[in-house]
Amino acid sequence: MKRRDLLKSAAAVPLAAPALAQPAGANVFKVIPQANLTSLDPIWTTATISRHHGYLVYDQITAVDSTYTPRPQMAEGWTVEDDGRTYTFTLRDGLRFHDGEAVLAKDCVASINRWGRRDQFGQELMAVTDELSALDDRRFRFRLKRAFPLLPTALGKENASPCFVMPERIAATDPFTQIREAIGSGPYRFIPGEWVPGAKVAYQRNAAYVPRNEPPNWISGGRHARVERIEWTIIPDPATANAAMQQGEADFWELPLHDLLPTLRRNRNLVVHVRDQIGTYAMLRFNHLHPPFNNVAMRRAVAMAVNQEDYMRAVVGDDPAGWKQCLSYWTCGTANESLAGTEHMRNPSIERGKAALAAAGYNGERVVLIAPSDFPTIFAVSQVTNDLLRRLGMNVDFVSTDWGTLVQRRASREPLERGGWSIFHTTWSGADHLNPAGHQPIRGNGTNGWFGWPTDEQTETFRAAWFAAGDAAAQKAATEGMQARAAATVPYVPLGAFLHPNVWRRTISGVIDGPMLVFYNIAKSG
Amino acid sequence: MWAYIVRRIIATIPVMAVVALFVFSLLYIAPGDPAAVIAGDQATPQDVERIRASLGLDRPYLIRFGEWLWNVLRGDLGVSIFTNLPVSLMIAQRIEPTLALMVVTLVLSISIAIPMGVIAAWKNGTWIDRAVMGFAVFGFSVPVFVTGYLLAYVFALELDWLPVQGYTPIRNGFFPFIENLILPAVALGSVYIALIARITRATMMEVLQQDYVRTAKAKGVGSRGVLFVHGLKNAAVPIVTVIGIGIALLIGGAVVTESVFAIPGLGRLVVDAILRRDYPVIQGVVLLFSFVYVLLNLLIDLLYTVLDPRIRY
Repeated sequence: MKRRDLLKSAAAVPLAAPALAQPAGANVFKVIPQANLTSLDPIWTTATISRHHGYLVYDQITAVDSTYTPRPQMAEGWTVEDDGRTYTFTLRDGLRFHDGEAVLAKDCVASINRWGRRDQFGQELMAVTDELSALDDRRFRFRLKRAFPLLPTALGKENASPCFVMPERIAATDPFTQIREAIGSGPYRFIPGEWVPGAKVAYQRNAAYVPRNEPPNWISGGRHARVERIEWTIIPDPATANAAMQQGEADFWELPLHDLLPTLRRNRNLVVHVRDQIGTYAMLRFNHLHPPFNNVAMRRAVAMAVNQEDYMRAVVGDDPAGWKQCLSYWTCGTANESLAGTEHMRNPSIERGKAALAAAGYNGERVVLIAPSDFPTIFAVSQVTNDLLRRLGMNVDFVSTDWGTLVQRRASREPLERGGWSIFHTTWSGADHLNPAGHQPIRGNGTNGWFGWPTDEQTETFRAAWFAAGDAAAQKAATEGMQARAAATVPYVPLGAFLHPNVWRRTISGVIDGPMLVFYNIAKSG
Repeated sequence: MWAYIVRRIIATIPVMAVVALFVFSLLYIAPGDPAAVIAGDQATPQDVERIRASLGLDRPYLIRFGEWLWNVLRGDLGVSIFTNLPVSLMIAQRIEPTLALMVVTLVLSISIAIPMGVIAAWKNGTWIDRAVMGFAVFGFSVPVFVTGYLLAYVFALELDWLPVQGYTPIRNGFFPFIENLILPAVALGSVYIALIARITRATMMEVLQQDYVRTAKAKGVGSRGVLFVHGLKNAAVPIVTVIGIGIALLIGGAVVTESVFAIPGLGRLVVDAILRRDYPVIQGVVLLFSFVYVLLNLLIDLLYTVLDPRIRY
């Protein structure tokens, strides 16, 4: 018995009011998530925390495994006909939403339609879809304009935004407007009455959920609700979260600071584990519309001087296991990884960078680097770039601001004198850069594209070829082409990948390895 | 007296109107875009524009301000851009922990600081006086978050006497309630104790030089009677003023304390809202804080009449 518990029991007897009924400790899994759950709609926002929420509350029609192969999830299976232009999905029997209503094919159709207007992969799918309709209660069908072999993969994608299935009445909400209810058919029910944004979120086991029999693999396979209740406590201060883990006040901490890992590793009651070996990728993004970085030679000059180790050490410190070098524009350690065209980045050198800048005609033009001081990881890599550019002899205007301001300013296409920008940094999950479906920053679709707006028709041609590819070899050829174009045109500079460990108590089991953190399947003993 | 109270309450209306205009305008011109925060890194600029339009953030200033003001006048503080929950509900969810923290801090601070200040004045120039003043300097100098971390390290991590973080409502039992608030209240109260103790000491030293105190002593009144009846009562007006002003300090300190001890209060609510640019929440909480502060000033003014019969309105 802990000293505090003893004191408490002695003192509480005459003082305490009748306590509210609380579930037994072993049945309550207490989590310190990475952020505050501000929105319940994982389609409306791409916030990671809303996706965590989505995986508990909703289910998916298909789900990818660690080889990025789509497996049936809510679907019993699917058939492909008409040379790949007709897909018919059949739902498993007995699926029910948390409000007791049966999950019907029309719910899937409405959910796909809403998701398909927001998600990039979904937009590609809907662009080739002639008709999507429910055939009966359990079957729905896609009729396509042309073959789209990645259709089941799109429906089962794991990262922002997965195609979660909601009741038709909720999925009918405009995709640019937030839904008001969190009703899904997933392994846990959201408890709205206990939601205190910024403080607490609670989920109750969905007793009616019937998991698949296959073992879990990434997000595919059985999704078992092994604890009665999951509670998220939002603790924004890392030191406090650390203390809460040390004292047993929480069972799982999603995002511990790298600085605190040695202390956490010394505690024999805690497990420190890198669940996501794919990692988080940092990038230096240029504004391609205005000088000096509308000149590819300038961008290549900066890329020549970037030493990824400097960046990664600024993020994770001296732990060599905490980061990895990755020059590829595709996620390292996965099928599409490639070093094509990266020769100029392999031996970073300030002197070569300076010479290249001079050769490119740099003449002291101002470079506005915007950096969010409330985002420690991104601010750290921004400071490394600030130092690098100054050492290259560039005229840097380092603008320290907050993330809320940065995301507004980076949308500006104006020149510098009218509030524009030259460089910002951000991070992406490696899972987003596995293939062209989720990789926004590599694209060359100009002002229709992601902030920075590079234009490269060849990149877009390769991308279209990937979506139309019928086999792995054709897909690989397309991604190799995109890699070579990216290395040549430098839409951004890759800064390396860092690994985020999670921390949990030894009483916890069943945490699934993979890029997505899911809280089902986890059991707690003692 | 009643006419004065009514006048003062009516006078809060223009004050609140100015606060409302100021807060709304400040947020309007401040950089930042909630639509871009919502859309996230995956979104294209076109997506951000559509979300902004769906939230009504693309409408002109006057229309937005007029609509918000009209709703506020009807008691509706609006809906959070992010959570879709009414701002009044979000405030209601978070007001209890902040109120509890402030009340416990106030009670703790006043009950420690006033005796400290009185004793320091009484023992002026001795080691007791120097110790009290030393503590006051320490209390002023050390930031709340440093005190908080130190207390948590010693009393929660090392000694395991108290929990590290969290808040338990009083309806779940007094002991769980108070054990969660002791460390935050001490951390938050350290500055406040220092402030009140110093003012009490200074005022008491002045009062203790007065003729009526000498007379009381000459008439054989004991030390306790001289200090707490004749002395403290006459020193009360400036002390109460400082206690009132100090509540503004507490509101500021509560933001930090709530973060360090993970207390789900209004301070954290407003900081989170500012970082995300959740305008209705920021406006609602700032209006509430302003209203509380105006009422507090009124309360202090009325207390003067109780403490000093010479004051009449």
